[in-house]
Amino acid sequence: MANLQTKNGDTGLEKTKWDRVQEMDEFRLLILAKKEFVVPATVFFVVYYFALPVLVGYAPDFMSQKVLGPVNLAYLFALSQFFVAWGIAWAYVSAARRFDKFGAHILETLKREGYDEKQDGKRGL
Amino acid sequence: MHLDMTLVLFLSFIAITLGITAWASKRSGSSASFFAANRQITAWQNGVAVAGDYMSAASFLGIAGLIAFFGYDGFLYSVGWLVAYLTVLLIVAEPLRNAGKYTMADVLAYRMNPRPVRAMASISTLTVSTFYMIAQMIGAGALVALLLKGSHISFTVAVTGVGILMIVYVVFGGMLATTWVQIIKAVLLIAGTILLSILVLAHFHFSLPEFFQAISQVTYHADGKVVVKDFMTPGLRFKLPYGPLELISLGMALIFGTAGLPHILVRFYTVPDAKTARYSVVWAMVIIGSFYIMTTFLGFGAATIVGRDYITKNGGTNMSAPLLAKFIAGDVFFAFISAIAFATILAVVAGLTISASTSFAHDFWTNVIHSGVERKPGEERMVARIAAFVVGAVAIAIAIVLGPTANVAFLVALAFAVAASANLPVIVFSIYWKRFNTAGAVCGLLFGLVASIVLILIGPSVMGIDPASVVGAARHPIQAAPIFPLENPGILSIPIGFAGALLGTFFGAKDPNAVQRFEELEVRANTGLGSEKATAH
Repeated sequence: MANLQTKNGDTGLEKTKWDRVQEMDEFRLLILAKKEFVVPATVFFVVYYFALPVLVGYAPDFMSQKVLGPVNLAYLFALSQFFVAWGIAWAYVSAARRFDKFGAHILETLKREGYDEKQDGKRGL
Repeated sequence: MHLDMTLVLFLSFIAITLGITAWASKRSGSSASFFAANRQITAWQNGVAVAGDYMSAASFLGIAGLIAFFGYDGFLYSVGWLVAYLTVLLIVAEPLRNAGKYTMADVLAYRMNPRPVRAMASISTLTVSTFYMIAQMIGAGALVALLLKGSHISFTVAVTGVGILMIVYVVFGGMLATTWVQIIKAVLLIAGTILLSILVLAHFHFSLPEFFQAISQVTYHADGKVVVKDFMTPGLRFKLPYGPLELISLGMALIFGTAGLPHILVRFYTVPDAKTARYSVVWAMVIIGSFYIMTTFLGFGAATIVGRDYITKNGGTNMSAPLLAKFIAGDVFFAFISAIAFATILAVVAGLTISASTSFAHDFWTNVIHSGVERKPGEERMVARIAAFVVGAVAIAIAIVLGPTANVAFLVALAFAVAASANLPVIVFSIYWKRFNTAGAVCGLLFGLVASIVLILIGPSVMGIDPASVVGAARHPIQAAPIFPLENPGILSIPIGFAGALLGTFFGAKDPNAVQRFEELEVRANTGLGSEKATAH
């Protein structure tokens, strides 16, 4: 573990900081928590969004129904897309606060074990 | 009168942005500052800049025009531009910020054999950026010719001016100047849109029912007859058999393409960390969403207050928003809106120039040709400056040769199609799929790029039979019936891009390194461990 700060490559036999994080329970939990939010949220917004061109394109009469004075269903559904998108963004930001806590905790654990961010070797990109 | 006013307003915008460029040039002495503004841009600044980078003249003038002429279908067109940012927010922005340095290719090449992947990613970036830029510049020139009709500013002068300015911003001011040009533009654009919306509402005595009542009875002339149409009805533009498919295909290009647009992605390298990148997407969504909701007032306002007949006689669809300004608030406001339209184009082309030149310098020059090492300090920046100059000069030349009437809508469709079909599948698989490898990345980029280009070449944007009255560059380049029926190829090219990435992965050479490095990328993308830090000036 003493070599954590100097090893950052992928060829050495010693355990790297990447391996160390991979085996932390918190990291698995972080990945799981992200998946649990991002996958259903993505499926939902994609379905909700494409429902608009599909309904308007293939059921124009249904969508032309007036529901609020001169305003029809098609316009309200299109308008709702904006608020749904903002709502999902807001929900994601709330959920991500929890992800950040996991991340901060993982970094703390690493530091306790001797990892020094400032001396971390720069990877050439 | 309005000509002088427009010029004065536009010249003040140029003066301010050049001042910012001079200020930024003193702070562009390192690569991190030139390419990524030292990663010190704050969340709201970056959010506004993303909005400024994204909302092109096509949004401001084009969508207002579409609504003015086709009502609801134009508004429908505007929805996807916001929803697309959910892909950016949920899937791409944070991992990209954590794993990359200056370009989109940083993330694509992270686990892979860097040379082939970077070379392909760089070709894709240059294709998207330069074609999009040429479309914007021709739009700029045509717009100037319309707005300043009667002045001595010709198409050629306008295109050259826009080109020189964008080169100056990027070459001298780097990412910092580009960022501030985009911020100022976005603020102006939103201010102008809010003002116009309020004036439209005032015209209807601040009564939404009265406004929507007017929309449901829009009168204009078609084929010499008076037509009264309910502009809230869908289907005025996107008609069967292909209309709905066209809409779905466009939607796919937006939803999957925005998160693959190189000039948008590089913006996330300018902030200190992934959390700031996340908040900057939210800021951008607030601004972009508000803008597109307000296109309701701009577009329907132009349809009801100005009317299709007048707009057709005075410059066509793209003039709907400026003419609306003239109708409800006179010449000064017309000048103000026209100046905003210029600023809009300038900010977008500057963003495209810096992303193209950064990709050439960082991906192609340093990493493909010179194996990832700068031979002397500052070389990468020098190459980027030269590339910006060359890219700008080439774009000016092509735009002037094609001329103001050139049929360039397909260039914008092409940019989004390539971003969605070539870039996005490879970005997503790189970050989230362990088994993905070098062959998969190269095939995904190649298939997506080729499919987009071919389908556009055989589609109705390029192929078509024009009557003899249409002349020059306005004619379809290939005079024959289109083979592929849609202008936006996304519905077919995106699956082809994904298929290429899958086929390459399963049938290409084994790449154990890519699998092993996935663990590293996964940690880095999700925790920010080892990510590029903000630097002091």
